[in-house]
Amino acid sequence: MKAALHRREVVEFLLRDRKDLLVVAGLGSTAWDVTAAGDSPLNFPLWGAMGNAAMFGLGLALAQPKRRVLVLTGDGEMLMGMGSLATIGVQKPRNLAVVVIDNERYGETGMQATHTASGVDLAKVAQACGLRVARQVRSLAQLSALRKAIHSTRGPVFAQVKVRAEKLPLVLPPRDGGLLKSRFRKALLGEGADLA
Amino acid sequence: MKRNSGDAWPEAIFKTLKDAGVRQVGYVADAGHKRLIELCLADKEMRAVVLSTEEEGIGLTAGAWLGGMRSALLMQSSGVGNCINALGTTRECRFPLLMLITMRGQKGEFNPWQVPMGQATPTVLEAMGVVVHEANSAEEIAPSVDAAARLAFGSYQAVAVLISQAVIGIKSFQEQAAR
Repeated sequence: MKAALHRREVVEFLLRDRKDLLVVAGLGSTAWDVTAAGDSPLNFPLWGAMGNAAMFGLGLALAQPKRRVLVLTGDGEMLMGMGSLATIGVQKPRNLAVVVIDNERYGETGMQATHTASGVDLAKVAQACGLRVARQVRSLAQLSALRKAIHSTRGPVFAQVKVRAEKLPLVLPPRDGGLLKSRFRKALLGEGADLA
Repeated sequence: MKRNSGDAWPEAIFKTLKDAGVRQVGYVADAGHKRLIELCLADKEMRAVVLSTEEEGIGLTAGAWLGGMRSALLMQSSGVGNCINALGTTRECRFPLLMLITMRGQKGEFNPWQVPMGQATPTVLEAMGVVVHEANSAEEIAPSVDAAARLAFGSYQAVAVLISQAVIGIKSFQEQAAR
Protein backbone atom coordinates (compact mmCIF):
# COMPACT_ATOMS: atom_id res chain seq x y z
CA MET A 1 0.00 0.00 0.00
CA LYS A 2 1.50 3.33 -1.08
CA ALA A 3 1.63 5.86 1.74
CA ALA A 4 -0.55 8.93 1.24
CA LEU A 5 0.78 11.23 3.97
CA HIS A 6 3.51 13.80 3.39
CA ARG A 7 6.12 14.02 6.15
CA ARG A 8 6.38 17.81 6.37
CA GLU A 9 2.59 18.11 6.67
CA VAL A 10 2.50 15.36 9.29
CA VAL A 11 5.15 17.00 11.46
CA GLU A 12 3.70 20.49 10.99
CA PHE A 13 0.29 19.14 12.07
CA LEU A 14 1.66 17.30 15.11
CA LEU A 15 3.53 20.41 16.27
CA ARG A 16 0.77 22.95 15.54
CA ASP A 17 -0.22 24.83 18.73
CA ARG A 18 2.26 22.64 20.58
CA LYS A 19 1.77 24.36 23.95
CA ASP A 20 4.69 23.48 26.23
CA LEU A 21 5.66 20.28 24.39
CA LEU A 22 9.35 19.36 24.59
CA VAL A 23 10.63 17.93 21.30
CA VAL A 24 13.62 15.74 20.50
CA ALA A 25 14.28 15.13 16.80
CA GLY A 26 16.34 12.28 15.41
CA LEU A 27 19.14 13.14 13.05
CA GLY A 28 18.49 13.85 9.39
CA SER A 29 15.08 14.27 7.80
CA THR A 30 13.05 14.46 11.01
CA ALA A 31 15.31 17.24 12.33
CA TRP A 32 14.69 19.14 9.08
CA ASP A 33 10.92 18.45 9.34
CA VAL A 34 10.78 19.76 12.91
CA THR A 35 12.72 22.86 11.92
CA ALA A 36 10.50 23.43 8.88
CA ALA A 37 7.53 23.49 11.28
CA GLY A 38 9.26 26.29 13.20
CA ASP A 39 12.55 26.46 15.09
CA SER A 40 12.12 26.61 18.86
CA PRO A 41 14.50 26.58 21.81
CA LEU A 42 12.39 23.69 23.13
CA ASN A 43 13.45 21.56 20.16
CA PHE A 44 16.52 19.42 20.56
CA PRO A 45 17.44 18.34 17.03
CA LEU A 46 20.16 15.70 17.02
CA TRP A 47 22.96 15.85 14.47
CA GLY A 48 24.59 12.63 15.63
CA ALA A 49 24.19 9.70 18.07
CA MET A 50 22.08 7.75 15.58
CA GLY A 51 19.84 5.29 17.40
CA ASN A 52 19.71 7.34 20.57
CA ALA A 53 16.83 9.80 19.97
CA ALA A 54 14.26 7.82 21.96
CA MET A 55 16.68 7.58 24.89
CA PHE A 56 17.17 11.36 24.93
CA GLY A 57 13.38 11.50 25.18
CA LEU A 58 13.27 8.98 28.02
CA GLY A 59 15.91 10.80 30.08
CA LEU A 60 14.08 14.08 29.53
CA ALA A 61 10.63 12.62 30.29
CA LEU A 62 11.86 11.12 33.57
CA ALA A 63 13.51 14.40 34.54
CA GLN A 64 10.40 16.45 33.66
CA PRO A 65 7.41 14.30 34.63
CA LYS A 66 5.00 17.24 34.40
CA ARG A 67 5.85 18.11 30.80
CA ARG A 68 4.90 16.18 27.67
CA VAL A 69 7.88 14.98 25.67
CA LEU A 70 7.72 14.07 21.97
CA VAL A 71 10.48 12.26 20.12
CA LEU A 72 10.17 12.54 16.35
CA THR A 73 12.55 10.31 14.48
CA GLY A 74 13.00 8.28 11.32
CA ASP A 75 12.60 4.58 10.70
CA GLY A 76 16.32 4.06 10.11
CA GLU A 77 17.19 5.88 13.33
CA MET A 78 14.61 3.90 15.34
CA LEU A 79 15.78 0.59 13.88
CA MET A 80 19.29 1.34 15.12
CA GLY A 81 18.01 1.84 18.68
CA MET A 82 15.23 -0.72 18.82
CA GLY A 83 16.40 -1.89 22.24
CA SER A 84 15.44 1.51 23.63
CA LEU A 85 11.78 0.58 23.08
CA ALA A 86 12.33 -2.28 25.53
CA THR A 87 13.96 0.14 27.96
CA ILE A 88 11.03 2.58 27.64
CA GLY A 89 8.61 -0.33 28.07
CA VAL A 90 10.19 -1.09 31.44
CA GLN A 91 10.09 2.53 32.69
CA LYS A 92 6.64 3.35 31.27
CA PRO A 93 6.89 7.15 31.44
CA ARG A 94 3.33 8.43 31.04
CA ASN A 95 4.49 11.74 29.52
CA LEU A 96 6.57 10.34 26.62
CA ALA A 97 5.57 9.83 22.99
CA VAL A 98 7.84 8.40 20.30
CA VAL A 99 6.67 9.01 16.74
CA VAL A 100 8.54 7.43 13.86
CA ILE A 101 8.16 9.16 10.51
CA ASP A 102 8.49 6.07 8.34
CA ASN A 103 9.32 6.59 4.67
CA GLU A 104 10.94 3.13 4.51
CA ARG A 105 14.17 4.78 3.34
CA TYR A 106 17.53 6.04 4.58
CA GLY A 107 16.81 9.52 3.27
CA GLU A 108 20.17 11.21 3.84
CA THR A 109 22.34 8.57 2.20
CA GLY A 110 20.66 7.84 -1.12
CA MET A 111 17.16 6.63 -0.22
CA GLN A 112 18.17 3.01 0.33
CA ALA A 113 15.38 0.78 1.65
CA THR A 114 15.23 0.25 5.43
CA HIS A 115 13.93 -2.88 7.16
CA THR A 116 10.43 -1.37 7.34
CA ALA A 117 10.26 -1.49 3.52
CA SER A 118 10.36 -5.27 3.92
CA GLY A 119 7.53 -5.23 6.42
CA VAL A 120 9.27 -4.88 9.79
CA ASP A 121 6.47 -3.51 11.97
CA LEU A 122 7.87 -1.10 14.54
CA ALA A 123 4.43 -0.52 16.10
CA LYS A 124 4.17 -4.23 16.88
CA VAL A 125 7.69 -4.14 18.33
CA ALA A 126 6.68 -1.22 20.56
CA GLN A 127 3.50 -3.02 21.59
CA ALA A 128 5.46 -6.16 22.43
CA CYS A 129 7.82 -4.01 24.51
CA GLY A 130 4.88 -2.88 26.65
CA LEU A 131 4.30 0.67 25.43
CA ARG A 132 0.73 1.52 26.38
CA VAL A 133 -0.33 2.95 23.03
CA ALA A 134 1.37 1.61 19.91
CA ARG A 135 -0.10 2.02 16.45
CA GLN A 136 0.54 2.57 12.79
CA VAL A 137 -0.82 5.77 11.29
CA ARG A 138 -1.77 5.99 7.62
CA SER A 139 -4.69 8.45 7.43
CA LEU A 140 -5.49 12.01 8.46
CA ALA A 141 -8.08 10.73 10.94
CA GLN A 142 -5.48 8.53 12.62
CA LEU A 143 -3.04 11.44 12.61
CA SER A 144 -5.58 13.63 14.35
CA ALA A 145 -6.05 11.00 17.05
CA LEU A 146 -2.28 10.73 17.43
CA ARG A 147 -1.93 14.47 17.98
CA LYS A 148 -4.42 14.23 20.80
CA ALA A 149 -2.62 11.24 22.28
CA ILE A 150 0.72 13.09 22.26
CA HIS A 151 -0.76 15.87 24.37
CA SER A 152 -3.12 14.05 26.68
CA THR A 153 -3.13 10.23 26.58
CA ARG A 154 -1.31 8.40 29.32
CA GLY A 155 1.89 7.08 27.74
CA PRO A 156 4.21 5.82 26.73
CA VAL A 157 2.76 6.43 23.27
CA PHE A 158 4.34 5.04 20.12
CA ALA A 159 3.33 5.62 16.51
CA GLN A 160 4.78 4.60 13.19
CA VAL A 161 3.49 7.11 10.66
CA LYS A 162 3.74 5.83 7.11
CA VAL A 163 4.72 8.67 4.78
CA ARG A 164 5.71 9.03 1.14
CA ALA A 165 9.37 8.68 0.22
CA GLU A 166 10.15 12.24 -0.86
CA LYS A 167 13.33 14.25 -1.25
CA LEU A 168 12.59 17.68 0.20
CA PRO A 169 14.54 20.92 0.59
CA LEU A 170 16.82 20.95 3.65
CA VAL A 171 15.63 23.19 6.49
CA LEU A 172 18.51 23.14 8.92
CA PRO A 173 18.39 23.90 12.64
CA PRO A 174 21.43 25.45 14.36
CA ARG A 175 24.21 22.86 14.40
CA ASP A 176 26.29 23.99 17.37
CA GLY A 177 25.55 21.29 19.96
CA GLY A 178 26.51 23.48 22.90
CA LEU A 179 24.13 26.19 21.71
CA LEU A 180 21.24 23.75 21.24
CA LYS A 181 21.78 22.35 24.73
CA SER A 182 22.08 25.72 26.44
CA ARG A 183 19.11 27.36 24.75
CA PHE A 184 16.92 24.33 25.54
CA ARG A 185 17.88 24.38 29.23
CA LYS A 186 17.41 28.13 29.47
CA ALA A 187 13.96 27.95 27.86
CA LEU A 188 12.91 25.03 30.06
CA LEU A 189 14.64 25.74 33.37
CA GLY A 190 14.92 29.53 33.27
CA GLU A 191 17.71 32.08 33.13
CA GLY A 192 19.42 30.49 36.12
CA ALA A 193 19.72 27.06 34.46
CA ASP A 194 23.49 27.12 34.52
CA LEU A 195 24.11 29.29 37.54
CA ALA A 196 23.59 26.60 40.20
CA MET B 1 29.36 -13.60 49.79
CA LYS B 2 30.81 -12.53 53.10
CA ARG B 3 31.23 -8.78 53.36
CA ASN B 4 33.87 -6.92 55.36
CA SER B 5 34.75 -3.23 55.61
CA GLY B 6 36.81 -3.39 52.41
CA ASP B 7 33.62 -4.39 50.60
CA ALA B 8 31.75 -1.24 51.62
CA TRP B 9 32.81 0.79 48.57
CA PRO B 10 29.48 0.38 46.76
CA GLU B 11 27.73 1.97 49.77
CA ALA B 12 30.32 4.76 49.71
CA ILE B 13 29.70 5.37 45.98
CA PHE B 14 25.96 5.44 46.59
CA LYS B 15 26.28 8.06 49.32
CA THR B 16 28.58 10.10 47.10
CA LEU B 17 26.08 10.00 44.24
CA LYS B 18 23.26 11.05 46.55
CA ASP B 19 25.33 13.90 47.98
CA ALA B 20 26.20 15.01 44.44
CA GLY B 21 22.48 15.34 43.64
CA VAL B 22 22.34 12.39 41.21
CA ARG B 23 18.70 11.29 40.82
CA GLN B 24 18.82 9.06 37.75
CA VAL B 25 21.12 6.09 37.20
CA GLY B 26 21.33 4.10 33.98
CA TYR B 27 22.91 0.68 34.21
CA VAL B 28 23.65 -2.54 32.41
CA ALA B 29 23.77 -5.53 34.74
CA ASP B 30 27.27 -6.17 36.03
CA ALA B 31 28.68 -8.36 38.80
CA GLY B 32 31.05 -5.62 40.00
CA HIS B 33 28.20 -3.10 40.36
CA LYS B 34 25.71 -5.62 41.78
CA ARG B 35 25.45 -4.03 45.22
CA LEU B 36 25.36 -0.45 43.93
CA ILE B 37 22.58 -1.33 41.48
CA GLU B 38 20.57 -2.85 44.35
CA LEU B 39 21.03 0.31 46.41
CA CYS B 40 19.88 2.51 43.52
CA LEU B 41 16.83 0.32 42.82
CA ALA B 42 15.83 0.40 46.51
CA ASP B 43 16.04 4.20 46.84
CA LYS B 44 12.78 6.06 46.24
CA GLU B 45 14.52 9.32 45.29
CA MET B 46 16.68 7.58 42.69
CA ARG B 47 15.37 6.40 39.33
CA ALA B 48 17.36 3.33 38.28
CA VAL B 49 16.96 2.62 34.56
CA VAL B 50 17.98 -0.78 33.24
CA LEU B 51 19.42 -0.42 29.74
CA SER B 52 19.47 -2.97 26.94
CA THR B 53 22.90 -1.70 25.87
CA GLU B 54 25.30 0.82 27.38
CA GLU B 55 24.97 3.18 24.42
CA GLU B 56 21.40 3.94 25.48
CA GLY B 57 22.78 5.45 28.65
CA ILE B 58 24.56 8.20 26.76
CA GLY B 59 21.22 9.47 25.42
CA LEU B 60 19.46 8.89 28.73
CA THR B 61 21.95 10.96 30.69
CA ALA B 62 21.98 13.76 28.11
CA GLY B 63 18.17 13.88 28.10
CA ALA B 64 18.15 14.03 31.88
CA TRP B 65 20.55 16.98 31.79
CA LEU B 66 18.34 18.78 29.25
CA GLY B 67 15.57 18.35 31.81
CA GLY B 68 17.69 19.69 34.68
CA MET B 69 18.46 16.38 36.37
CA ARG B 70 21.85 14.93 37.29
CA SER B 71 22.49 11.31 36.38
CA ALA B 72 25.20 8.66 36.29
CA LEU B 73 25.93 5.55 34.24
CA LEU B 74 27.12 2.21 35.60
CA MET B 75 28.74 -0.32 33.32
CA GLN B 76 31.53 -2.79 32.84
CA SER B 77 34.54 -2.02 30.64
CA SER B 78 33.16 -4.28 27.89
CA GLY B 79 30.25 -1.82 27.54
CA VAL B 80 32.49 1.17 26.90
CA GLY B 81 33.00 0.12 23.30
CA ASN B 82 29.23 0.24 22.77
CA CYS B 83 29.19 3.95 23.69
CA ILE B 84 31.88 5.35 21.43
CA ASN B 85 29.90 7.01 18.62
CA ALA B 86 27.32 8.43 21.02
CA LEU B 87 30.14 9.97 23.09
CA GLY B 88 30.80 12.23 20.12
CA THR B 89 27.47 13.90 20.85
CA THR B 90 28.32 14.23 24.55
CA ARG B 91 31.49 16.03 23.57
CA GLU B 92 30.01 18.25 20.86
CA CYS B 93 27.24 19.43 23.21
CA ARG B 94 29.43 19.49 26.34
CA PHE B 95 26.94 17.37 28.24
CA PRO B 96 28.13 16.48 31.74
CA LEU B 97 28.63 12.72 31.96
CA LEU B 98 29.56 10.61 34.96
CA MET B 99 30.47 7.01 34.11
CA LEU B 100 31.41 4.48 36.79
CA ILE B 101 33.10 1.58 35.09
CA THR B 102 34.11 -1.71 36.68
CA MET B 103 37.15 -3.11 34.92
CA ARG B 104 37.59 -6.51 33.33
CA GLY B 105 40.41 -7.77 31.17
CA GLN B 106 42.84 -6.06 33.46
CA LYS B 107 44.24 -7.43 36.73
CA GLY B 108 44.01 -11.22 37.03
CA GLU B 109 41.50 -11.70 34.22
CA PHE B 110 40.39 -15.30 33.65
CA ASN B 111 38.37 -14.76 30.46
CA PRO B 112 40.64 -13.98 27.50
CA TRP B 113 37.71 -12.50 25.53
CA GLN B 114 37.49 -9.66 28.06
CA VAL B 115 41.10 -8.62 27.63
CA PRO B 116 41.04 -6.63 24.34
CA MET B 117 38.23 -4.25 25.37
CA GLY B 118 39.44 -4.00 28.97
CA GLN B 119 42.96 -3.06 27.90
CA ALA B 120 41.65 -0.55 25.35
CA THR B 121 39.13 1.09 27.70
CA PRO B 122 41.17 4.10 28.93
CA THR B 123 42.58 4.71 25.45
CA VAL B 124 39.23 4.75 23.65
CA LEU B 125 37.59 6.88 26.35
CA GLU B 126 40.39 9.43 26.14
CA ALA B 127 40.22 9.36 22.35
CA MET B 128 36.58 10.51 22.67
CA GLY B 129 37.46 13.31 25.08
CA VAL B 130 36.42 11.57 28.28
CA VAL B 131 38.52 12.40 31.35
CA VAL B 132 39.64 9.15 33.00
CA HIS B 133 40.12 8.73 36.76
CA GLU B 134 41.52 5.38 37.86
CA ALA B 135 40.67 3.98 41.29
CA ASN B 136 43.05 1.20 42.19
CA SER B 137 42.00 0.53 45.79
CA ALA B 138 38.68 0.42 47.64
CA GLU B 139 39.61 3.56 49.63
CA GLU B 140 40.20 5.58 46.47
CA ILE B 141 36.83 4.89 44.90
CA ALA B 142 34.44 7.24 46.73
CA PRO B 143 36.85 10.23 46.64
CA SER B 144 37.39 9.56 42.91
CA VAL B 145 33.64 9.48 42.30
CA ASP B 146 33.21 12.68 44.29
CA ALA B 147 35.92 14.44 42.27
CA ALA B 148 34.52 13.06 39.01
CA ALA B 149 31.01 14.30 39.85
CA ARG B 150 32.34 17.78 40.60
CA LEU B 151 34.30 17.85 37.34
CA ALA B 152 31.35 16.50 35.34
CA PHE B 153 28.57 18.72 36.69
CA GLY B 154 30.65 21.75 37.65
CA SER B 155 32.73 21.93 34.48
CA TYR B 156 30.45 20.20 31.93
CA GLN B 157 32.86 17.37 31.27
CA ALA B 158 32.53 13.68 30.47
CA VAL B 159 34.35 11.80 33.23
CA ALA B 160 34.85 8.07 33.76
CA VAL B 161 35.97 6.46 37.00
CA LEU B 162 37.62 3.12 36.25
CA ILE B 163 37.29 0.79 39.22
CA SER B 164 40.21 -1.62 39.11
CA GLN B 165 39.62 -5.33 38.70
CA ALA B 166 41.92 -5.76 41.71
CA VAL B 167 39.22 -4.12 43.88
CA ILE B 168 36.35 -6.13 42.44
CA GLY B 169 38.44 -9.23 42.93
CA ILE B 170 36.48 -11.84 40.97
CA LYS B 171 39.01 -14.49 40.05
CA SER B 172 37.04 -17.22 38.29
CA PHE B 173 33.83 -17.98 36.41
CA GLN B 174 32.69 -19.99 39.43
CA GLU B 175 33.19 -17.06 41.77
CA GLN B 176 31.41 -14.68 39.42
CA ALA B 177 28.41 -17.01 39.15
CA ALA B 178 28.22 -17.26 42.95
CA ARG B 179 27.84 -13.49 43.47
